[in-house]
Amino acid sequence: MRNTQAVQLLSELSHTGRRAETFPPADVPTRSLNEMIPADFLAAQPPQLPELTEPDVVRHYVNLSTLNMSVDTHFYPLGSCTMKYNPKRHERLAKLPGIIDVHPYQSPANMQGLLAILYETQEMLAEIAGLPAVSMQPAAGAQGELTALLVASAYFRDKGEHRTKVVFPASAHGTNPASAAIAGFDCIQLPATANGFIDLDALRKAVDKNTAVFMVTNPNTLGLFEPDIAAAAQILHDAGGLVYIDGANMNAIMGITRPGDFGGDMMHYNVHKTFTGPHGAGGPGSGPIGVRDFLKDYLPGPIITKTTAAEGAVTYDLTTPVKSIGRVRTHFGNVGILLRGYFYLRTLGAQGVRDAAEQAILNANYLKAILAPVLNVPMGKYCLHEFVASASDVLKSRGISAMEIAKRLLDFGFHAPTVYFPLVVPEALMMEPTETESKETLDAFAAAVQMILEEDPEFLKLAPHTLPISRPSDVQAARQPVLKWTPCLRD
Amino acid sequence: MSSQPSRFAKTHEWVAVDGDVATVGITEFAVKLLSDLVFVDLPKIGKKVTAGEPFGEIESVKHVSDLYAPVSGEVIEVNTPLANNLEWLQQDPHAKAWMIKVKMSDPTQVNALLDAAAYAAHCENEAH
Amino acid sequence: MAYLFRTPQQQTEMLQTIGVPSIDELLTQIPAGLQHCGLLNLPPALTEIELEQHVRKLAADSVGAATRTCFLGGGAYDHFIPSVVDEITGRGEFYTAYTPYQAEASQGSLQAFFEYQSLICELTGLDVSNASLYEGGSAISEAVTMAMRSTDRRGNVVLCGGVHPEAVQVVKTHVLHLDTDVRVAPLVNGVTDHAALAKLVDDQTAAIVVQDPNVLGALEDVAAVSALAHQHGALCIVAFDPLSLGVLKRPGDRGADIAVAEGQSLGIPLQFGGPYLGVLACRNEFVRKLPGRLIGQTVDRNGKRCFVLNLQAREQHIRREKATSNICTNQGLMALRATVYLASMGPQGLREVAELCCQKAHYAAEKLTAVPGLKLLSTAPFLKEFALTSDKPAAHWQAKAEAAGFDIGPCLNRLPAIAGMSAADRDRAFLVAVTECRTKDDIDRLAAALSC
Repeated sequence: MRNTQAVQLLSELSHTGRRAETFPPADVPTRSLNEMIPADFLAAQPPQLPELTEPDVVRHYVNLSTLNMSVDTHFYPLGSCTMKYNPKRHERLAKLPGIIDVHPYQSPANMQGLLAILYETQEMLAEIAGLPAVSMQPAAGAQGELTALLVASAYFRDKGEHRTKVVFPASAHGTNPASAAIAGFDCIQLPATANGFIDLDALRKAVDKNTAVFMVTNPNTLGLFEPDIAAAAQILHDAGGLVYIDGANMNAIMGITRPGDFGGDMMHYNVHKTFTGPHGAGGPGSGPIGVRDFLKDYLPGPIITKTTAAEGAVTYDLTTPVKSIGRVRTHFGNVGILLRGYFYLRTLGAQGVRDAAEQAILNANYLKAILAPVLNVPMGKYCLHEFVASASDVLKSRGISAMEIAKRLLDFGFHAPTVYFPLVVPEALMMEPTETESKETLDAFAAAVQMILEEDPEFLKLAPHTLPISRPSDVQAARQPVLKWTPCLRD
Repeated sequence: MSSQPSRFAKTHEWVAVDGDVATVGITEFAVKLLSDLVFVDLPKIGKKVTAGEPFGEIESVKHVSDLYAPVSGEVIEVNTPLANNLEWLQQDPHAKAWMIKVKMSDPTQVNALLDAAAYAAHCENEAH
Repeated sequence: MAYLFRTPQQQTEMLQTIGVPSIDELLTQIPAGLQHCGLLNLPPALTEIELEQHVRKLAADSVGAATRTCFLGGGAYDHFIPSVVDEITGRGEFYTAYTPYQAEASQGSLQAFFEYQSLICELTGLDVSNASLYEGGSAISEAVTMAMRSTDRRGNVVLCGGVHPEAVQVVKTHVLHLDTDVRVAPLVNGVTDHAALAKLVDDQTAAIVVQDPNVLGALEDVAAVSALAHQHGALCIVAFDPLSLGVLKRPGDRGADIAVAEGQSLGIPLQFGGPYLGVLACRNEFVRKLPGRLIGQTVDRNGKRCFVLNLQAREQHIRREKATSNICTNQGLMALRATVYLASMGPQGLREVAELCCQKAHYAAEKLTAVPGLKLLSTAPFLKEFALTSDKPAAHWQAKAEAAGFDIGPCLNRLPAIAGMSAADRDRAFLVAVTECRTKDDIDRLAAALSC
């Protein structure tokens, strides 16, 4: 039985005079606030936050947490999101004194251990990318994209070239065009071939001396390796442009092939996907970028440098590259997430990294194979870490849409795949099982899909049936937005 | 409304002309395509619009479409209440749900737009 | 490896089902010439016990606020974090969930973020808050571009010199290509020079940004900045310290159109600069220009109250190059920390923290200015942080403090340039921040260390 009080809002649970946290009286001689701060600046009363005891807060949020699906509790095959297991061994380590309590403006001499970890992270990311220079400033993938585009911009400006265009395939993540627009570029979207790959002819036509960057996700959003990636890169390089690899799908290729080896000049990582920083219900992420040597001077700082003295003593320091584009954020980066990436990579080692990618590919192909009798996967004989199935056949034959399958899966205790992306596949169900799932789980998931496809379509239209809520009205939410609690909302 | 929509853009805006003033809205066909409308963003009075360029936006829950000016000129009136009465678009897209009135800088631009028959054929084409 | 499930037998079965002899067969879609030969050059794999030993050894080669006594400021502070914050946010159901796109399976996160938005609105006195941005600096930058869209002005933006100079850099980085002039008004006596500020504002100004307390800890006349902005049809963006609102007037009550903050002080550990929390709230009329995710209340099919991601048409996955921002992943878990923190503090807790900081900081200022040679850089009022200066390089004082186990600063020359301060001024000045965690004894011993 669920605790129904739990879904009351904080403000509805509030009672005047309750509190969770109290503080000791000041141990210094005190003065009246008016003596210290002009009356004009002082509030008559503090903001009217809800008043709760600690047990109130704990019961409320623990109960709310049970309304979520998560990787810890459910199979979560959300395509393009790499919902892999987040190792618990990272947590105690990330909270060690000397790591979690380091102030960004401490003297570097007092944080050599932490800088050593971050330096090694920087080096490992460079090795996995095959791109020698890394900046760990960006807070997420999208900020990484923007940062790299600003780096490209600075590089061309420095060369006296005015390049205005960024080219990307139609299947690109929305962040690609959004980042390009913010960086001041015109966005040119390319059609794909019938197989969903880069269309080299279209690329050749689109690329000229005004093209700055070609942004491409490889493996692409269909979970397939772009067969012509090297040729595409050559087209860009011949025109003096740069190739940007969106690293969202690095989980498929880490240790197997490297963006720097297949023509990429710049890339970003999603540490929160590939290297198990948790997703935290929407962040924080971490989106370090790797670039070729000739771009390293433009990276945002600080980056970490290592100096070895004649007698062998090693010192780490924070430096800003000479022609840096400047900061994209305050302070160093999302260190807490980078650390988890470091712990993960140190646990895996080189063989483990390759094994993880291979098992992710094995799991995806296995799931694709056992779903094949009931769900068509239009593109690709074999996939890499994910595949995109299409419900268009079952929509025609039985009137069951991708959305209905997704919603009904929730009832079976599986998180839904990504639906309706990428657009090149109609009724898309994009599935990424990741390497940290067992054959038994994949079998159970496929069995659930099979059962759903035999259910009454009318019953499916109303799914999910067993979750804390049924389908919400997005239309009402958007027409009359209610974006905060106000007393009249109490129901 | 003094005059009926007489001309149409391929991007599904209609125009009703009264002298050098064009009243602009979106067609019933467009409203059906968009479904579940939640928001319309219209320009302010005085805004200069250019034929073929966006003058506003219309949103459904998970889509957003530009509204394209069928003619160039200056916006002299805006149907402000429409934003809070989106159901007008379903009920009466060609009159009550008008969006802007434009004082045309070149009234001959209207002639380049589709007439009712040509627009019907265009919709027929798009529906397939 | 501990996270993989394969057994040799299962792997064979799976390959058979797929219809390939080996995993290598699945990799043939990657051209052979592009495949990496051999293994990457990475350090050897460690078991959990080895990893623990390795990391503990490195951690021991760093000392932070838990070991030393931290008087460091500059936008990140050693505030107290109630234990409940870690306990709640460590729960796997929050920690390992994705962005709540499937509302039916994410009501826990969605409701928590709706509560976050509600708390931020109450805190700021504004109508709408998004569900978080990366951190304080990029929040300022997002607010600036949001103001440019809202006012339809691209000509210039004016920043008060007390805006954190790293954030000034962030804004410059982001608008560099837009031909938008970033004008920075100088400080005089550690606060905005209002006469100089007025000269920088014109009818092409999209916004004025003022930080309060500013980077030197000094309190700014926000109402005057707001009046100036509005007189020119520009928006007023206020960067605030959330904890200061235990005693100071709220940005919304002082004329802010958009309020932004570094939310680190709301229960987020220092962890060398991130992840922190970007707070952004605004007046209702700008809601469709907001960057980032928004949670809205609605009802489900049975009329039950529930929460969904709302107004998504603003965002990159729908509007692509015309989106209000490129942000996708935000700082969900940090927003949850702030929510649990504020729920635990309540109005009285927030007031007590702010007052404690203020009392202790003023005591510290009195003790430290009694140290021969040291004086306050500014006579302006302050809350929890202030700048000291002397005839000597700031590094001289910092070294003395460090040797005695205290961290003070940053020295202003560790930050980018501050308008209105010469390099020599910055070499001699440093910040001191005093949170509720510092004791009278800490302050007395710091003063003693600097005196000898």
